[in-house]
Amino acid sequence: MKINIPTPLRAYTGGQQIVSVSGATIGEALEQLTGAYPELRQHLYTGEGKLRSFVNIYLNDDDIRYLPSKEATTTEEGDELTIIPSIAGGNFQAGALRAVCN
Amino acid sequence: MLKLSHADYEALRAHGEETYPHECCGVLLGKAVHDGNHVHTIVRAGNTRTDRAHDRYNIAPEELIKVQRQARGLGLDIVGFYHSHPDCPAQWSKTDFDEAHWVGCSYVITRVDKGKAAITNSFLLTGTGEDDKQFNDEPVEIEMKQDAIRDQKEREQA
Repeated sequence: MKINIPTPLRAYTGGQQIVSVSGATIGEALEQLTGAYPELRQHLYTGEGKLRSFVNIYLNDDDIRYLPSKEATTTEEGDELTIIPSIAGGNFQAGALRAVCN
Repeated sequence: MLKLSHADYEALRAHGEETYPHECCGVLLGKAVHDGNHVHTIVRAGNTRTDRAHDRYNIAPEELIKVQRQARGLGLDIVGFYHSHPDCPAQWSKTDFDEAHWVGCSYVITRVDKGKAAITNSFLLTGTGEDDKQFNDEPVEIEMKQDAIRDQKEREQA
């Protein structure tokens, strides 16, 4: 199966956008990925081994956090895993700068 | 340096005017080259923070995945993002920084004053990860095509 690597993490996959792995489950696939590219691990997981809160991983169109079996979900040859860091932000805190700039 | 066309520059600013007093957001598709991120096209995204869209934005990961697929189809990459700050400075906020995880990408912020786009700035997220990331001011180069130059001259003469 293929794993899509987002722009900021390609520095750790030798510039590859897509990495092919052969794991039978999501967990095995990710293990293969981080085994082949060890530097990726710290960007995906916390020191305790949990997926970082801002890292989203999708099996095709499904967030793996919400799959019943999560990382133990079995995968097919044609499946795609996509790693996608979150994108969010916001304005200055209400009551602080807002009071000045309004 | 961030390079983008005059049309894309105006389009992302117009997006901020349209969504005012809420924040707009979108994705910059292009290529990272030796002198910075070159934008080939921009893609509007929905702001999922409907609970406080006046001072927060979030792009749904599902939408981001679709944009990433679109980029791949065009032979492009995600090279940055844009959003607006209604009635507040075109500077990154603590929330912007805390929520910034795309190292190497440009974060474009437009101040929208009372519905009118004002200053637009870009900040490049540098570093290797969460521990040493930082925003750096990034010069913006707007590429003017001949028709855009003509339109601008006409507006200036009007």
